Amino acid sequence: MSTETEPRVEQEPLDVFDPRLTRFDIMREGARREGIEIVHYEAQYPPNSRAERRMTRIVASFFLLTGVAATAFLLIYSFGPWEYELGSNPSKLYTPLLGLTLGVALLGIGFGILTWGKKLLPREIAIQDRHDGPSATEERKITGETMIYIAEELGLKRRKALGFAALLGLAPVGAVAVAPLVGGLIKDPVEDRILFRTGWDPANNNGRRVRVTRENGTPIRPEDVSVGGQLTVFPGIPGGATNEHADSPTLLIHLRPDDAKKTRDTLKPVNQGSMWENFVAYSKICTHAGCPASLYEQQTNRLLCPCHQSQFLITDNARPIFGPATRSLPMLPITVDEEGFFVATSDYKVAVGPAFWERP
Amino acid sequence: MKRRKIDVRALPAKSAGALDDRFQAATPLRSLLNKVFPDHWSFLLGEIALFSFIVLLLTGTFLTFFYEPSLHTVTYDGSYTPLRGRHMSAAYASSLDLSFDVRGGLVMRQMHHWAALTFMAAIVVHMFRIFFTGAFRKPRETNWIIGSLLFWIGFLAGFTGYSLPDDALSGTGLRIASAIMLSIPVIGSWVTTSIFDGEFPGHIIMGRFYIAHVLLIPGILLALITVHVGLVFKQKHTQWPGPGRTEHNVVGERMFPRYAIKQGGFFMIVFGVIALMGGLLQINPIWLFGPYEAFTVSAASQPDWYVMFLDGSTRLFPAWEIRFDLFGWGDGYTIPPIFWPTVVLPGILTMLPMAYPFIEARLTKDKKAHNLLQRPRDVPARTALGAMAIMFWLVLTLSGGNDVIADKFHISLNAMTWAGRIGLLILPPIAYYVTYRICLGLQQHDREVLAHGVETGIIKRLPDGRFIEVHQPLAPVDEHGHGELEYAGWVVPKKMNRLGALGPAIKGFFYPIEKPAEAPVSPGHPPVSPVEPAQPARREEISQ
Repeated sequence: MSTETEPRVEQEPLDVFDPRLTRFDIMREGARREGIEIVHYEAQYPPNSRAERRMTRIVASFFLLTGVAATAFLLIYSFGPWEYELGSNPSKLYTPLLGLTLGVALLGIGFGILTWGKKLLPREIAIQDRHDGPSATEERKITGETMIYIAEELGLKRRKALGFAALLGLAPVGAVAVAPLVGGLIKDPVEDRILFRTGWDPANNNGRRVRVTRENGTPIRPEDVSVGGQLTVFPGIPGGATNEHADSPTLLIHLRPDDAKKTRDTLKPVNQGSMWENFVAYSKICTHAGCPASLYEQQTNRLLCPCHQSQFLITDNARPIFGPATRSLPMLPITVDEEGFFVATSDYKVAVGPAFWERP
Repeated sequence: MKRRKIDVRALPAKSAGALDDRFQAATPLRSLLNKVFPDHWSFLLGEIALFSFIVLLLTGTFLTFFYEPSLHTVTYDGSYTPLRGRHMSAAYASSLDLSFDVRGGLVMRQMHHWAALTFMAAIVVHMFRIFFTGAFRKPRETNWIIGSLLFWIGFLAGFTGYSLPDDALSGTGLRIASAIMLSIPVIGSWVTTSIFDGEFPGHIIMGRFYIAHVLLIPGILLALITVHVGLVFKQKHTQWPGPGRTEHNVVGERMFPRYAIKQGGFFMIVFGVIALMGGLLQINPIWLFGPYEAFTVSAASQPDWYVMFLDGSTRLFPAWEIRFDLFGWGDGYTIPPIFWPTVVLPGILTMLPMAYPFIEARLTKDKKAHNLLQRPRDVPARTALGAMAIMFWLVLTLSGGNDVIADKFHISLNAMTWAGRIGLLILPPIAYYVTYRICLGLQQHDREVLAHGVETGIIKRLPDGRFIEVHQPLAPVDEHGHGELEYAGWVVPKKMNRLGALGPAIKGFFYPIEKPAEAPVSPGHPPVSPVEPAQPARREEISQ
């Protein structure tokens, strides 16, 4: 069916009960009453033509493809080797095959529907009036006046006290809604100075100095770290190597003699006395964003943080020499106790990790 | 009692009647069925976001049945042998179980992640379309603002989502997030300790992120998306200029059946592509990263793509820290360097786009409502501004992966950082200038074709020996041989076969080698409105 119309003219409404009208005429009349003109409506293929039958077959085969793929999905899902096994084996194909069959099933429906809509339905062009722009001036006037009238009826202007009382009464109610949320969540960072303390604080160890340990809790002797080597160490307290003490991981470095001399000569006042012989221990937590600054470049004596590439010079108080970090990595004061194991003589002397407002 | 026979054939009509008796649905339903939508491929970008969101809801609900939002330490004893016996959080262990011990869990998890990436990508590309065609102008500023908010809330949804597995990568991201919160002046440390219930990581953060990720954020997203789509419905979609198209009408197809059926098909295609990606393309293999431990990290720790620009800005920002003393209170105060690229910059990037429609209206003194779109070339300043913004974002995003680039291409890492710093300042203005010139060039060529006609490729030798190319005017010409067509804001035909002069297009392998001009409306449509001066050109272009 091909229908073309001449430019729009106001038409008398059709009598939709007229038996001579086709269903299309009635539909078009309905659209017209919505301000929609169907100006072009044309089947893409003559009914029952070869081209149409071909298109129908294509759509049908898309749907059948979906059926096949969905059945395959169900079979693979039910009987496939879903349990994980290490190594190269059929279980590795389980997820890819599920995705493949599900994807093909869904794409089949998708392309089937699309082809149906785009190729088998008549093409049309319809034009609808936008009815945009502001409402009619009269409408605005009526609504505006109504609203003002309602406000006046409430009489807030005349009865000022009422307004104030309502405000004073309702404001606390708003606060009541907020209070449990804020009160429940809020946690004081200042009170226990939690941002300044780490697991190395002797207070965590009944006032005794905290031992320097490996991840598994074993203490470390100086000879355990070869010259030029480094080791990630943790406070020797219960849970010292867990995320419970996420600010405590420390890098223990055994410097080469000349580097150790260089380091000792440049020590800042706050770090005086923190080294033990040629050993130095720096916080592993980057002072920029808190990632572990853990890439140790032995040749240049640099520590690199892989998150934002800040670089710290080990032989000069772990001073930042490149990247966005501004503060040196804090140095942990260490010594060796009477049994020959490393201990921290005290907690870090400055806050560990990224800076914050209250940090001097 | 006599049993009446049910007339099955009359059943639909009868029940429809019964419904209308109660809800008076006939008129509103008809107006819904008949609502006209304009069509263009670029109008489908927003739909990809909508459909991805539906996939996110479906797959995400599945994941909640198995995920355990707890930082409680457990010993892993699942199927993935390399991690067996390791201590890890219950969150990480349940994410591993979801991947290895739930039948089909991995494909769901990967579909969820891919759908999230698609969602954000579709939002961004949709936003480009809206920006470059001027679709944000009056009366659609509200929807533009809602759209920008959707990006940022989607960003939060993504961040809270990929923090949940508590693997080494997401834990590092979470730690950086805590550093960002710490950097806020005055309230930073209070905000951080309140959110983490003490020092990072605390014990409760997964539960809080979980409820934010599965309830609060999706709730806000759902509400905003509803308003967003509702406003498109109410204000009616914009359309490209073309024959019969004015500021006051919508030319297209009625919602039912054709438009709706195309949407339905498109949804299934988006769903299908996400399923294919979820099955075939591995994403976020958390079992390779291991559980989060505060002291482990690996190089090439990149966040999802839509977060990378902030990672880049953090890497590029110079080591500038403000330290000062406030009347001797406390021990002195600090504004850390991370505050500027991760709090101030996103703040600007949130507010500036939202204000843009109003800024542009003010600068161009354009207070009119617009329903016709603009071709990017016709508004060079806006297009150039957009190109500048994209360039700025690209430099930041690439810098977010500068360690990988440095590694793969054997470039010094420090050189990459400096290239990013310098590039961030220099490349956007260059992008502005180049785009502006390209727009002007394209405009000029359009005018040239309108004035002189289409190049025919036929060379003529004049009696005096000169060679000239014959041009085919698009419409009757004046005494100087110049066409009198005005530019109509739509594609100007520039090849003879687009004028129907060279016969049908040659069939290529996948599609015609010379594609026929994409007519703004279906072919065969005669002009509807009374002929305006610009009309013949447009008619020319579609009646190939």
